[in-house]
Amino acid sequence: MVSIEPSRSRDLDKLLLRPGNIVAPTFEAGAQLREDIKEYVRILVVGAGGLGCELLKDLALSGFRNLEVIDMDRIEVTNLNRQFLFRHEDVGNPKADVAAKRVMERVSGVDIIPHFCRIEDKPLDFYNDFNIIVLGLDSIEARSYINSVACGFLEYDADDNPRQETIKPMVDGGTEGFKGHARVIVPGVTPCFECTIWLFPPQVKFPLCTLAETPRTAAHCIEYAHLIKWNEVHSGKAFDPDNPDHMQWVYSEAVKRAELFGIPGVTYSLTQGVVKNIIPAIASTNAIISAACALETLKMVSGCSKTLSNYLTYNGVEGLHTKVTEFVKDKDCLVCGPGVLLELDTSITLKKFIDLLEDHPKLLIAKASITYRGKNLYMQAPPVLEEMTRSNLDITLFELMDKIPEDTIHATGLAGKGETKQSSLRKLRVVFKGLDGVTDVDMAGGA
Amino acid sequence: MINLFKVKEKRKELAENANGRPPVKKQSAGELRLHKDISELNLPKTCGISFPNGKDDLMNFEVTIRPDEGYYMGGTFLFSFQISPIYPHEAPKVKCKTKVYHPNIDLEGNVCLNILREDWKPVLSINTIIYGLFHLFTEPNHEDPLNHDAAAVLRDNPKLFESNVRRAMAGGYVGQTFFPRCV
Ligand SMILES: [Zn+2]
Repeated sequence: MVSIEPSRSRDLDKLLLRPGNIVAPTFEAGAQLREDIKEYVRILVVGAGGLGCELLKDLALSGFRNLEVIDMDRIEVTNLNRQFLFRHEDVGNPKADVAAKRVMERVSGVDIIPHFCRIEDKPLDFYNDFNIIVLGLDSIEARSYINSVACGFLEYDADDNPRQETIKPMVDGGTEGFKGHARVIVPGVTPCFECTIWLFPPQVKFPLCTLAETPRTAAHCIEYAHLIKWNEVHSGKAFDPDNPDHMQWVYSEAVKRAELFGIPGVTYSLTQGVVKNIIPAIASTNAIISAACALETLKMVSGCSKTLSNYLTYNGVEGLHTKVTEFVKDKDCLVCGPGVLLELDTSITLKKFIDLLEDHPKLLIAKASITYRGKNLYMQAPPVLEEMTRSNLDITLFELMDKIPEDTIHATGLAGKGETKQSSLRKLRVVFKGLDGVTDVDMAGGA
Repeated sequence: MINLFKVKEKRKELAENANGRPPVKKQSAGELRLHKDISELNLPKTCGISFPNGKDDLMNFEVTIRPDEGYYMGGTFLFSFQISPIYPHEAPKVKCKTKVYHPNIDLEGNVCLNILREDWKPVLSINTIIYGLFHLFTEPNHEDPLNHDAAAVLRDNPKLFESNVRRAMAGGYVGQTFFPRCV
């Protein structure tokens, strides 16, 4: 048999082996680059659905060898039209397992490790292991979670510049019917998901009384069955959108409701769409968006061309429109922003710390409430929580932060002077002075 | 970028030999915003709040409303709040845990309040919702019915509505439905 290696990388070689003039400053053309991509670059693909299948294929064919994929779903019959790595006999099997296996069968040399679990089930270290995280997801929650994990690795230096080696880039794809987006998120450099969460329109929610009294559309009938009828009949049992029996029940109730009001159009797939807030997926939109994401990943890794800056939208609803928008970071973003650096003595009590926030020129937060990694250290209100947290006031902050020399903490309160006070929520980077292994930071405002 | 990755590999090896930090909890942006909302709560005396899972779980809490005027004066009504990790992009899920004879609350505890669904905006807060719920008891509205029968009675016969509410709150039947005492 003839070796397929040379022909397989032929097109890629044109990008990687030759110098160019629109390349990144770090670009070093040559065979070494191609080999380095194979050996060193580790990519996580989040999601093995419509986009995920495309992404795995595209990345594998772009010369990446070390891929992992995470997805909690099993294959359903309705996936087969576009999630092209799956066959009829795969229905019921984990998407991640089957997708990994199929791409490895087709693309020799690539190694794909599947993870059949929820993204929240993995420890944070798992995510830190990858050089780039590529997202092929259909939910805001999941994107927001991965974004907060990736931005959580980001560290800033004393001048509020991101430390290069702590940046965990993400490439995010998303599609809805004929529309899609591809974006590059370099935490600390380009806006993170949370900086621009307003880009995602909130889900349309029908008033419950409309569902109960005056349904007019098939979606109203489905939401009635899902939100009202389900609870009436299954008191206490939670509806699980991933349970086909539950979905079938909602579908048949929606049909009854629709017949009662003479409303056409309730189908099983519409039921799934409305309940899970899914718009019918189109194979080619997934292919286009995934191709853009894979290419951006390759560009970011190799420097062989300038990367997308930073948000591509694709719209094929009427004709075809694409647009690239350069969104800007929210400098006060709680997730990716540097926060305000505070250098403190280990002896400062929580009470003194709260007083300090009021006097700090960059903060001026009066009556702050403090939260640290899910522990509410002090709450000004309501009285029930104030009472529960009051005893922390005389404990040192160092102790309350588990004696970690440097970490992020959040404060809320009224900020500003005089008449212009407004409610604010701020990220603070606390560094304790005089501890081993902590570099001294030039910073006023210590206790 | 690629050189950076090689450096990272080395760093990782070093890090693996050293003692890592203890695993830490991730606080979502939604949790942080909720922390702000809760720390700024300014409730009237007629409303109370409690946190069944303790001071560190704000994402699930209960609100008690004791109307001091109107049809429901003297009653105590319990609501559960469930907050999403992407709050305030998504509205809280609110249920009434007290079975109540009310035109805008059904017997399963679903609440018809516009700001909980179609009119929710991220600039609104937990405080706004609690005031909205309080308002439902002082001014029940027959135009947005979830309990169809109660709405019809309120519209056609407010006197009968008032006595039905009294009977339900004292613990008794309205029609075929039993309401546990809540005064
Ligand atoms: Zn951000």
